Amino acid sequence: MTRLPARRLLRLFGALVVAAILGFLLLPAIVVALAAFNGRAILSFPPDTWSVRWFVKALAYEDFRAGFRNGLIVTAWASAIALVVGAAFAFVLDRYEFRFKRTLETVLLSPLVIAHFTVGLGFLILAAQLGVARGYAVVIVCHVVLVLPFVLRSVYVSLRNLDRRFELAAASLGAPPGRVLATITLPLLLPGLVSGWLFAAILSFNEFTASLFVTAQRTQTLPVAMYNYVREYADPSMAAISVVYFVATAALLTFATVFLGLGKVLNVEQAR
Amino acid sequence: MSKPADPGTADPALAVRLDGITKRFGEVVALHEVSLQVQRGELMTLLGPSGCGKTTLLNLVAGFLVPDAGEIAIDGVRVTDLPTYRREIGMTFQNYALFPHMSVERNVGFGLRMQGVPASQITPRVARALKLVQLVQQEHKLPGQLSGGQQQRVAIARAIVIEPPLVLMDEPLSNLDAKLRIETRAEIRRIHRELDRATIYVTHDQDEALSLADRIVVMKDGVVQQIAAPPEVYAQPANLEVARFMGYRNVLELGVDAEHDGRVTLSGSEIRLTGVRKQALPGARACVAIRPEELVMGDGPGGLNTIVGRVENVEYCGRDSLIDIVTASGVLLHARAARPAALGDEVRVHVPVERALVYPSDAARA
Repeated sequence: MTRLPARRLLRLFGALVVAAILGFLLLPAIVVALAAFNGRAILSFPPDTWSVRWFVKALAYEDFRAGFRNGLIVTAWASAIALVVGAAFAFVLDRYEFRFKRTLETVLLSPLVIAHFTVGLGFLILAAQLGVARGYAVVIVCHVVLVLPFVLRSVYVSLRNLDRRFELAAASLGAPPGRVLATITLPLLLPGLVSGWLFAAILSFNEFTASLFVTAQRTQTLPVAMYNYVREYADPSMAAISVVYFVATAALLTFATVFLGLGKVLNVEQAR
Repeated sequence: MSKPADPGTADPALAVRLDGITKRFGEVVALHEVSLQVQRGELMTLLGPSGCGKTTLLNLVAGFLVPDAGEIAIDGVRVTDLPTYRREIGMTFQNYALFPHMSVERNVGFGLRMQGVPASQITPRVARALKLVQLVQQEHKLPGQLSGGQQQRVAIARAIVIEPPLVLMDEPLSNLDAKLRIETRAEIRRIHRELDRATIYVTHDQDEALSLADRIVVMKDGVVQQIAAPPEVYAQPANLEVARFMGYRNVLELGVDAEHDGRVTLSGSEIRLTGVRKQALPGARACVAIRPEELVMGDGPGGLNTIVGRVENVEYCGRDSLIDIVTASGVLLHARAARPAALGDEVRVHVPVERALVYPSDAARA
């Protein structure tokens, strides 16, 4: 009889812990979102007057606009290059046996364990040493290196799950290797390719640490522009642009989930 | 046993010829010097337990693997090292391998598109193939929306629409339930008759092989054991391995007493049997193989080939019962009887001389 209240107490405690964890996960975003609507020119929480003027100011601020454009350019190139290179390497790792295969895999995944700070600094030194202007090319190459492991992983897992008999069936029906790739392999890998590309794009667009080293005034991406802004000003437009930022990212992720949800349906059909 | 073929002659009646095919996977010999020929219009089944090399053989004919030794010819053309897409075959897979992102119509039309057949001809040919496999009104569905039986029909239509001289089928019925399996089996036989294409059909199921095949190739451990028409494989297995696989569940090792004119008399403790010699008997002991349904209740003529035992177990099977009988010395026998028997009853069973097949014992052969 005494065990029942104890169990109930334990359950209540558990619920509180879970609620606290969830609260801490969301708290920063909630604080920033509320701070963005402050009527006054200070970053404070909770605000005592309300306004949307910081959104207007942030969206009109020239450095943020340029940063957004630069970020899109860098993200588009970096994610596209990483997709092609990563998919090709994933294919090689899945389909071929050769010496130093493990070594190649380790090298390709190494950016996961090397700090972005180190990668950025490395590219900065290299660019200076080689006399390369700090233009888009350096930023894009740096981002490709950082996001490559994610594309590689995603495509590799999809390849592992791909039933080779689809390709054999196509070959038995007279399809040469190139047409098997175009009509069977790539369409069936599409969910993996898209999720890999999306991961790469989101990571590239949000990348800050390495970008801080390799971008110049002309090429600075949005996170770098935001950092530069917050060093000089402390008004709520910072919070406003943050809100815009995470709403946009969340929208992209929702789109991805819906798309990859469809991909899962396709996989289920394959398994039958 | 297969005859060694002369590689110099091209027999126009041959759809497939395999000469001395050997395939190793590392240290394991998957196929050892396999030679066989498939005639035009013939349905040949490769039958054997898993790991016997039947699927490897099919994959070699399809070109998914290259043999370590030997030659393969399809339709009179040497294809041993030709890639799959340049061989003229149609193939169905155990899991059907229907392209999940293409409609039924596009799946079936795939081979025709690869051949560069004009679009105007693809639609009618696809429709004809789907009609042949009796699948209508499903053209626009995706494979995932079809039942297993329907998927199998699409797979067959996709393989035959390109009109290949050779059709390969890898365990096509293994993913279907029992009732559908029997229906689809009859369908495959009908389609084969209508198309008259050479077909190699891989299965581990004796009933399937017996009911479908013009000839059966029985394989074990990468070696061809017997190539013969179904009645012969069923009634006259070439060796003890084939006999065991074809349902000769009673295998008794006994001492050879006398051998005369192909008839052998053997004995051991209280059992004395006379049977037909199927292979030369090198040792003093030999094995008698008997099917359960050929172990008949009652005494044999003049008490010949009669065994006495006690009923140990009865499995009711509807039309008859499967009865386990144990003799006084503890030999277990399986018999089928129309009349039910009670547990513990003493029963007498006998086997006709021509249905007791005598082979050398495993020990004598080794």
